[in-house]
Amino acid sequence: MKHPAVALSSAIFAALVLWLFLALWPAWLVAAIGPKKVLVNTIFNGVTLAGLYFLVASGFTLVFGLMRNVNLAHGSLYLFGAYMGYAAANWTGYWVLGVAAGFASAALVGVLMQVMIFRRMEGDDLRQTLVTIGISIVAADQMLAVFSGNTYQFTPPTWFDGAVATPIVTAVKSNGDPVVMMYPLYRLAVLVMAIAIGVALWLFLNRTRIGMMIRAGVDDRGMLSVTGVNVHVVFATVFAIGAGLAGLAGVVGGTALSIAPGEDVRYLLASLVVVIVGGMGSVTGAAIGALLIGLAEQIGLAYFPTYGVVLTFVIMVVVLAVRPQGILGRPA
Amino acid sequence: MTIAMKRLPAVAAALALLAGTGAARAEDTIKMGGLATLEGAFAVLGQDSFRGMDLALQEVNYTVAGKKIVVVKGSSDASPESAVKATRKLVEEDGVQILIGPLSGSEGIAVKDYAKTQPKVTFLNGSSAAQDTTLINPAENFFRFNTDGVQWMAGLGDYIYNKKGYKKVAIVAEDYSFPYSQVEGFMLPFCKLGGHVPSKSWVPIGNKDFSSVIAALPDDVDAILVVLGGADAINFLTQYQQAGGTLPLIGGSITADQTVLGAKGQQRKAVVGMPSAGPTADTWDDPRWKAFVAQYRKAFPDGFPVPSLFADAYYMNTKAALLALAQVNGDLSDGGVKYREALAKLTFETPTGMVKLDKNRNAIADIFVTEVTEASDGTLLNKVVSIAKDVDETLGVPQAEFLKNGPASRDNPDCK
Amino acid sequence: MSVARADAPAVTAGSADPGSSADAFYVVGAILLLAFPLFASPFFTFQIGAYSLVLGTVALSVMVLGGYGGMVSLAQMTVAGIAGYTIAILGHNGSNVMGLGWPWWLAVPVAILLGAVASALIGALAVRTAGIYTIMITLAIATAFFYFVRQNYALFNGFNGFHGVEPPKVLGVYLRDPVPFYYLSLAVAVFFYGATIYAERSTFGLTLQALRDNPRRARAIGFDVSAHRIFAFFLAGVIASTAGVLLVWFNSQISPGSVSVGAAVDSLVITVVGGIRRPIGPFIGALLFVILQNFAVDLVNPDRFNTVIGLVFLAVLFVSPDGLLGLVDRLRTVAAAQSLRQAVPPQGHMPNQGTAKD
Repeated sequence: MKHPAVALSSAIFAALVLWLFLALWPAWLVAAIGPKKVLVNTIFNGVTLAGLYFLVASGFTLVFGLMRNVNLAHGSLYLFGAYMGYAAANWTGYWVLGVAAGFASAALVGVLMQVMIFRRMEGDDLRQTLVTIGISIVAADQMLAVFSGNTYQFTPPTWFDGAVATPIVTAVKSNGDPVVMMYPLYRLAVLVMAIAIGVALWLFLNRTRIGMMIRAGVDDRGMLSVTGVNVHVVFATVFAIGAGLAGLAGVVGGTALSIAPGEDVRYLLASLVVVIVGGMGSVTGAAIGALLIGLAEQIGLAYFPTYGVVLTFVIMVVVLAVRPQGILGRPA
Repeated sequence: MTIAMKRLPAVAAALALLAGTGAARAEDTIKMGGLATLEGAFAVLGQDSFRGMDLALQEVNYTVAGKKIVVVKGSSDASPESAVKATRKLVEEDGVQILIGPLSGSEGIAVKDYAKTQPKVTFLNGSSAAQDTTLINPAENFFRFNTDGVQWMAGLGDYIYNKKGYKKVAIVAEDYSFPYSQVEGFMLPFCKLGGHVPSKSWVPIGNKDFSSVIAALPDDVDAILVVLGGADAINFLTQYQQAGGTLPLIGGSITADQTVLGAKGQQRKAVVGMPSAGPTADTWDDPRWKAFVAQYRKAFPDGFPVPSLFADAYYMNTKAALLALAQVNGDLSDGGVKYREALAKLTFETPTGMVKLDKNRNAIADIFVTEVTEASDGTLLNKVVSIAKDVDETLGVPQAEFLKNGPASRDNPDCK
Repeated sequence: MSVARADAPAVTAGSADPGSSADAFYVVGAILLLAFPLFASPFFTFQIGAYSLVLGTVALSVMVLGGYGGMVSLAQMTVAGIAGYTIAILGHNGSNVMGLGWPWWLAVPVAILLGAVASALIGALAVRTAGIYTIMITLAIATAFFYFVRQNYALFNGFNGFHGVEPPKVLGVYLRDPVPFYYLSLAVAVFFYGATIYAERSTFGLTLQALRDNPRRARAIGFDVSAHRIFAFFLAGVIASTAGVLLVWFNSQISPGSVSVGAAVDSLVITVVGGIRRPIGPFIGALLFVILQNFAVDLVNPDRFNTVIGLVFLAVLFVSPDGLLGLVDRLRTVAAAQSLRQAVPPQGHMPNQGTAKD
């Protein structure tokens, strides 16, 4: 950002984006790229979806950063948390308790996985990864057995439900009244939650003692244990947070969309692509990756649905070709 | 050396045992195979399919013309590969003479191709509904007594244009062959009447976030035709509701079925009053259907409240297999030649009306146009609003003319 | 398990009389394989025998990359699928899309070459980041290909894919018939098995294993690490593509499901269960997988097939990181040790699990 040319072009870009959002579009622009409503909505959708992706991927990248453990059962934790959260919310009648249950149940499973399985094969990355594949196969089949192939939807609290008016005017009616864009409140809430959790995670990693230990462990695992820190506790904590975030995302995502078999693979792949793009092990990278992938997915869906799904992978391949370790990743 | 040699007899014996099966075939039994999807997300539907098959067999107490019917069941995971593998096992290893199945569209095409390599075995469809199975390169020994995905939409285009008065309809559908057929079945009559479809949104199957698709829908249409299944449908309906959508919705055959209507959630508000069409209807005041539902409920208290279209299709095909078998006195000794002649000529009464076959061995049957209504106990059910009689595979158009339209795809048919 | 170790015992680990036992094993194995169609039903010859061999060959390509190169790839099923799709597109199919009608002797080599080149390209992306990244990147590439073929109708016929892809008649022999197809699959499997054994001791094979064990040192000596690894992907691509041609003939159809994430994971499961360090492992894994796939329906509730597969996979990972072969070795070691009553210390040793560092 230091370079004046970079600063100038970013300023122009920011001004352009602002204009696209706030101004009424002239007819030639609508003719060129379609109605304003579609583009603005799509960008909103992309950013809010990015919030959800960040929630899932941050846990994945945290666990990898510290333990070099590529947890391919991360999607299973998402789905498991979602089901547990659904059961809890259904039983107690409180959505918030569902969120808590989603976090707690997935965190518990995460700790158990770390203590009972991964600790026994520490340092053997590949075997750990293969074990997570095995776990995800069994978990998917068992969840199918218990919860069947049905689709579950959470009922969000009423104060989250419905649409709100945004200050964005998408068109003007023939009688001169402005058409204000309405947007689902819950999706905005997902974004706020993701930002809040992101900030909390940053504070935790940068301002607390255990956070410092974690960062030290990411840099040099060996040295950390030499200093007398009980790395097993640190590892278990990180696994609990990482898995818990997946479970929490399951409830949050299950409320925005729905829970059904197959969502585990979807969110695993989303996390994979997000962290490959953003850089393995970096929480900030996960945020950038999530934003890119969320936007790409929604723009693809709205403007060229046929190959929209492939777009995210194209981004991934380009990033890999230019910067193999990801945008904010460190060379392996 | 010794270790390897000692192991040898055991291995050889095991292999011989494996290889020697499937030989003996008693004269007084008939082997019938059943193939449905019992793995993966469709497992629930596969189980209901077998309920339909069992029901038809129970009616005759597993006996036809004094011969016992031995049933061997196989399972696929809804992929064509797994369907052919399971079929091959049933036919070549278990030695079934009649096979009922499979469940889904692309499986049906694969099994039909396989049927050509086994001319002595008679194949009856399960519930698969891809039109190409019987319309393009049909197999002489593959019969389908249920209707296909194009037929299922018969009558809906007319109902929407004339009764509902919607002249411009946008479409949101999953991007694969089954919705292509459904859209074709809707559009052919709808466009012919003068209707227009200005926009079609083909959404990749399994997509759950429809928010941007909804934002891109045109405002200046009379209604939206939604051809999505299961979880995808539930997500679309909920999100359409949340986004403040107000246009009337029209459903495809699997959009308004019990997997969507029976699910808990906010999509319920969006579907009441939704017209759709299909081979079965939950509430039809016809004694044949009512008797079938009662029979199903009695036999399977843990089944669905109403038999699904899968149970119905498997029931019809199994029933056809048994009726024809009775006509030839259970005699398949000629490799089933007489049996297949009987099947081709068969006309019989089913829970959803009379069924007969066309020259491609595909069903000509009645199709129900329905609307979703809320019952007094809050459950959502499809109520019959009109019946399209004797719908054939090409919707009443001569086959040659129908084929001239070309295969259904994203852009075909088209009437902007 | 860490494939990044070189001190794995050879095939003969722990047996009392390595040479003759292995020889006898090979002779018996060869006789059994050659004579199998004579006493097996057509169903067993085709769907169990031939299919295991074909699937084993795909898994062999996973083993070559993983066992010798330390690069665990989930994209080998994709490579097989690229070759299979090429056959359907260039040759004949029953879907009325593409099917350019090339003769088999032209379509097959082109398909294998295309698959191998694709594999090398995947390798070029994957090897730029080392170690555990490979598994993630190849998984993502496999998924991207799956989505692409599902959405593309012009070339790949989308969701439906191609059906009616028949193997050719060669010299009056219809290759789809069970016995010819079995021997074709056997010939391909044996050829690549032999080639792998040969390549393991070739300069290239030894270099690849050296790169696996210590890439930094190998680079310092002057080896081009990336180039070697990409070439390994190319060779593994030849194996996978050839198997892919057989696979499309076996199924007589190919669709996005053939290259789905599930199929990719299956290929890895097969390799690991059989044993990822020796070329025979993938074939043993494939045989077990195929038998389970066909007969699980008779033994357990078929809807829980994946749980059975997953548990077998996990059990192998926990009990014997070197797959079923490693288990056999270990049992032999124990048996030998007991029978000799510590008179002779057992030869060879199992790699101590879980302590490897890379």
